[in-house]
Amino acid sequence: MTQVSILNYQAGNLYSIRNALRRAGASVEVVSVEDLFECDALVIPGVGHFGAAIKNIRPAMDRIRGLIDSGVPVLGICLGLQILFSSSEEGPSTGLDCISGRVVRLPESVKIPHIGWNRVKRKRESVLLDESDDNSWFYFVHSFVGNPTDISVVTGETQYGILFPSIVETGSLYATQFHPEKSGPAGFRLLKRFVRVAKEAGA
Amino acid sequence: MTLAKRIIPCLDVDQGRVVKGINFVDLQYAGDPVELGLRYSREGADELVYLDITASSDYRDTILETVSKVASHLDIPFTVGGGVRTVEDARSLLQAGADKVTINTAAVERPVLIQEISQAFGSQCVVLAIDAKKRLNARSEKENSIFAEVYTHGGRTPTGLDALDWAKQGEILGAGEILLTSMDCDGTKNGFDIDLTCQVSSTVRVPVIASGGAGSPADFLEVFDYGLADAALAASVFHYNQYPISSVKQFLFHKGVEVRV
Repeated sequence: MTQVSILNYQAGNLYSIRNALRRAGASVEVVSVEDLFECDALVIPGVGHFGAAIKNIRPAMDRIRGLIDSGVPVLGICLGLQILFSSSEEGPSTGLDCISGRVVRLPESVKIPHIGWNRVKRKRESVLLDESDDNSWFYFVHSFVGNPTDISVVTGETQYGILFPSIVETGSLYATQFHPEKSGPAGFRLLKRFVRVAKEAGA
Repeated sequence: MTLAKRIIPCLDVDQGRVVKGINFVDLQYAGDPVELGLRYSREGADELVYLDITASSDYRDTILETVSKVASHLDIPFTVGGGVRTVEDARSLLQAGADKVTINTAAVERPVLIQEISQAFGSQCVVLAIDAKKRLNARSEKENSIFAEVYTHGGRTPTGLDALDWAKQGEILGAGEILLTSMDCDGTKNGFDIDLTCQVSSTVRVPVIASGGAGSPADFLEVFDYGLADAALAASVFHYNQYPISSVKQFLFHKGVEVRV
């Protein structure tokens, strides 16, 4: 069975993502920042503040970059997507810088946080979002969005005040601004695709 | 930028059993929380609300166990309430698998609780539940002036508070959503309280979940179009499978409402 590690860095609840990955066919273990070394695939979840998250994750930053460089599939979810960027308007800390660009606040013209079900438009070839799931609804809870320098990493987009990247994929790195573990059948299918990628990488 | 209008089934749970009453009394057994929760998420519910109405606090651990069991089968947002009086109460529910908590009586008694939970876990975690009942305003100079009075303790205790003022204050203190239940309409299946929902929706900027009175798919359409609700909650109409969630959503979809189908 494909083993997926979930990084526990004290940024929110791991209950749902753990259950969801199990349903998607993975064997799941939760690892702390100190204990993260080798793994077949890594999920970086997260709810909360950019600065606080970076502070907690800092001891493992080089190891996470190392995993990504060596082709281990990594999935960032919500704040787990944002900390992959170089920097954020939410705080002065430097991000993991695996995706070049800055995390910015949603415009004041819309209600913040963006909470609820919104659509994801498929921008190009995507592993996480099948053509059949183009325009599907996913569940969002966030106030900030990633703004990558190289827009070719964006595979899914969502409209809320602005058009922002809701799925990012580059190399073995995958990230969603929404919560696939809370997104019903479409979210389940997305996680299954990530688990499949993890399985192929591990084979 | 259109968010989907949400359809939210609600489980009122008493000692581990789902029950449903009319106008907050005459409770009847309606099913098992785990089975109903799973069924609703499969039928396309956009969120599940679980309100524990067990009177005795002896059951606190049982509540967490049941919440956990329900949560483990869900792949949609899960909101839990009932007896939340402290930040620690909220924390235990969140750790048991809830995504948001609702607060009601304790918030009326100590409004700063809204702020405390919101600061600890974020406003997206805090749903202010308001049970309101219309009555004549004796203090008003206008004849037959009606206001919606906030009730606590599961609809047993009138507070004198005006639901509109309380919703506004709740938002300022950090509530991320308002769950508005019309006690006059609850369980009657005669439709939502459109006036009240519309008034509260126009008063606050945070999403309003309308509750109480859903009896047919047309009631949902009305509360979205005229009540300006962001979400609609119902219990009886779903428990007894009178209208499955999927059929309500299909109906709304064909009427042009943005729903997740």
